[in-house]
Amino acid sequence: MKISVIITLKKDVLDPQGKVIHQTLDGMGFDDVNEVRQGKYFEIETKETDNEKAKAKVEEMCKKLLANLVIENYKIIDPK
Amino acid sequence: MKSSVITFPGSNCDRDMDVALKKFGFKNKMVWHADAELPKSDLVVLPGGFSYGDYLRCGSMASKSKIMQSVINFANSGGMVMGICNGFQILVETGLVPGVLLRNKYLEFICKNVFVKIGDKNNKYFKNVNNDVLEFHIAHNEGNYFCTNDQLKEIEDNNQIAINYCDENGKIEDQFNPNGSIKNIAGIFNKEKNVLGMMPHPERMIDASLSGEDGSLFFKNLINNLK
Repeated sequence: MKISVIITLKKDVLDPQGKVIHQTLDGMGFDDVNEVRQGKYFEIETKETDNEKAKAKVEEMCKKLLANLVIENYKIIDPK
Repeated sequence: MKSSVITFPGSNCDRDMDVALKKFGFKNKMVWHADAELPKSDLVVLPGGFSYGDYLRCGSMASKSKIMQSVINFANSGGMVMGICNGFQILVETGLVPGVLLRNKYLEFICKNVFVKIGDKNNKYFKNVNNDVLEFHIAHNEGNYFCTNDQLKEIEDNNQIAINYCDENGKIEDQFNPNGSIKNIAGIFNKEKNVLGMMPHPERMIDASLSGEDGSLFFKNLINNLK
């Protein structure tokens, strides 16, 4: 089963890369953008076949390694 | 005094640290990250570099390596653990010191000498250092110290700020902040102050003709404090 995870920076954390991307988009003529925040996306292929168990495992992975909870939030996308 | 420097895949200041520690009297051992046991040590150093290529987040992979469990146990039992630069990033990822290190505010890799003001001398790292301001070297891309407001309050209440970026007279102002760190923080302790993480490299300031000698001051003092 494949599970996807999106990691985003928390609201109060400065994202200089997002800012620069925003400025560049602006310079390219995409001038209706309000803000850009950069994050991370993971696809995890697991042997687990039970949806709930797999999600619980991935949640543990997020807490222990994939995200740093001081600055980041994680969102597990329901496996299909 | 015995010290251990941990080498991770991608560490590149480990041998500089070895040279520095030996120069000031430590009997140093290099320890590979995949080892399980720490040799008997009075000081453990996590050196600078780019462990695991800075993948995912700087220091995140190294913080899970085999040797780190021994380092964490050593620190939790009161052992002296110092993380420099990437070593500081590894320390925050273990949770031994609070906060995180974000990308530098202006997205530049910074490599230059800076002045830092010692924030607390009631610890074995800076006790008896005569100077209040030291000149160290920084070289990093992710040194922008960040923590939550609650963490910041706790850090300040416990005097856990080890050093702040400042000018040569010790003035801590925004203009002397190279990377956007909260409160110009360049280094912090854990609550018990046996664990120190800092971005500047004292091991690069141990030779009068090559750099400066403020690192020499630091190491001479450190070994005396540990005796």
